[in-house]
Amino acid sequence: MSDAAGIASPDAATAPAQPEARELSPTRPFGFRNAIARAPLGWLAPAVALVVWQASSAFGALGDDVMPSPLAVLQAGVRLTLSGALFVHGAVSGARALAGLLVGGLLGIGFGLANGLSRTSEELSNSTLQMIRNVPHLALIPLVILWFGIGESAKLFLVALGVFFPIYINTLHGVKTVDPQLLEMGRTYGLDNKALFREVIFPAALPSIFVGLRFALGVMWLTLIVAETISAQSGIGYMAMQAREFMQLDVVVLAILIYALLGKLADVVTRALERRMLRWHPAFQAAAP
Amino acid sequence: MSAAVFAGQAAVPRQPSLGAGMALRGLAKRFGVKTVLRDVDLDIDAGEFVVIVGRSGCGKTTLLRLIAGLDAADAGELRIDGERATDCVRVMFQEHRLLPWASVAANVRIGFGPARNSAEAQARARAALGEVGIGERADDWPSVLSGGQKQRAALARALVSNPRVLALDEPLGALDALTRIEMQNLLESVWLKERFTAILVTHDVAEAVRLGDRIVLLEGGEIAQIIPVDLPRPRRRGDPAFARIEDILLGRLLGATAAS
Ligand SMILES: Nc1ncnc2c1ncn2[C@@H]1O[C@H](COP(=O)(O)OP(=O)(O)O)[C@@H](O)[C@H]1O
Ligand SMILES: [Mg+2]
Repeated sequence: MSDAAGIASPDAATAPAQPEARELSPTRPFGFRNAIARAPLGWLAPAVALVVWQASSAFGALGDDVMPSPLAVLQAGVRLTLSGALFVHGAVSGARALAGLLVGGLLGIGFGLANGLSRTSEELSNSTLQMIRNVPHLALIPLVILWFGIGESAKLFLVALGVFFPIYINTLHGVKTVDPQLLEMGRTYGLDNKALFREVIFPAALPSIFVGLRFALGVMWLTLIVAETISAQSGIGYMAMQAREFMQLDVVVLAILIYALLGKLADVVTRALERRMLRWHPAFQAAAP
Repeated sequence: MSAAVFAGQAAVPRQPSLGAGMALRGLAKRFGVKTVLRDVDLDIDAGEFVVIVGRSGCGKTTLLRLIAGLDAADAGELRIDGERATDCVRVMFQEHRLLPWASVAANVRIGFGPARNSAEAQARARAALGEVGIGERADDWPSVLSGGQKQRAALARALVSNPRVLALDEPLGALDALTRIEMQNLLESVWLKERFTAILVTHDVAEAVRLGDRIVLLEGGEIAQIIPVDLPRPRRRGDPAFARIEDILLGRLLGATAAS
């Protein structure tokens, strides 16, 4: 967990988030044409893999007991969509992820802001939080099951805990690295603490908070997958474990693909949010406010 | 300020000043064991343009920060129109210090402090941007402005609340030579129009002679000399009188190196 919660350098705050923007940048001649040409190229490898996969299954090189064919996975998807099971399990997993992210994220932002703004608050809680951070949160699963059983609170607790640290660390870092010259400027113009927070500190910390959020999304799905696989009675992970018992390999693979899809969806939403809220940032191709 | 200074200014008649007069008495500042300013005595007239020059590290910024109330003096007293309060002083720094996440106009509105979101602030911010010549950039992000335009925006922010004293710490130091000359002209015209008291720190000798009613030479944290500049405005570099004062200043500054 500690590496996932690591502080990214200021460059990393936006650079990795915006590969497309860089491809379109004017420093690269014909960047636009390149981007258009490259978009289908990016799909080439997956498409080839899919064809090879289907062919291997069709010609018996890949046994049905090892890996179902892409077509079989698609059929499983259609079947479970029609029965409504996919939607129910997907919604349950999505809701768990969102709830955990909300609780852990808000706590992370709250503690990060408080400890960044107040020396007393930092002295009270920071070293304790740093100690807890060094415990891999998934190692707590046996304990969490004993505490909460296998109900919703166990999953909420684990996801929230996992999500808390990257957001906390990065929010704290963002607040602590606010340009002191801007703070001094604000004070000389008579901004009180509240205005200083709204106009200077929070916007300055926002790119860093987004870095934390993007780390947190990875932790969120990972935690949820493990928690649902080990102890759950609904959700995508439960669906996969149940399918394993009945040797429905197509459903197992489908579940894995759906996790990937959900992860991608969360990433896309975060990017859109980031692009909107950080549109002042030069890395986001500043459009007029 | 002597009347002689104004004698040659038929072209730009001066109105009574809205600026504040200042009295510095025995100001001193230490950092640890190091005394950075000692015994600074200076009277500044309301509406006067005072330029502080000196070599790097001689205490110019420290003095300006005391005047602006950003730091407290270790000894001595500073009075602005007889009062100890420094809130009528606005500062412009070498760095523009614009908020990157606020539009240029929103940055200028910060100059109103607590009243920054009023309708009046909106209108006056745009007017101030027009006055410094970047009215059409009001809705842009600061990151897309040039260095000179950023300093214009910072100047508009400092001026928007009609300050009585404007303190400037090498605000043109990072600009290229042409932009700097443009900005000097702008500073002078704004000062002539608004009639505030200006205190400018610079290490550019020509800039000092171009703008100052008086030039205060700071050496090792002490006032070494005060040179009045009795030349009509706008001043031209080619002018022999201009060059003479420049020479005196340069000689003094270079002499200070040889001595140290
Ligand atoms: N906050 C500070 N702490 C310690 N020393 C300082 C501080 N600020 C300035 N100084 C020292 O005071 C001296 C004068 O600094 P400054 O006023 O910035 O010079 P100038 O603006 O003329 O170049 C320098 O030697 C500098 O190192
Ligand atoms: Mg300085």
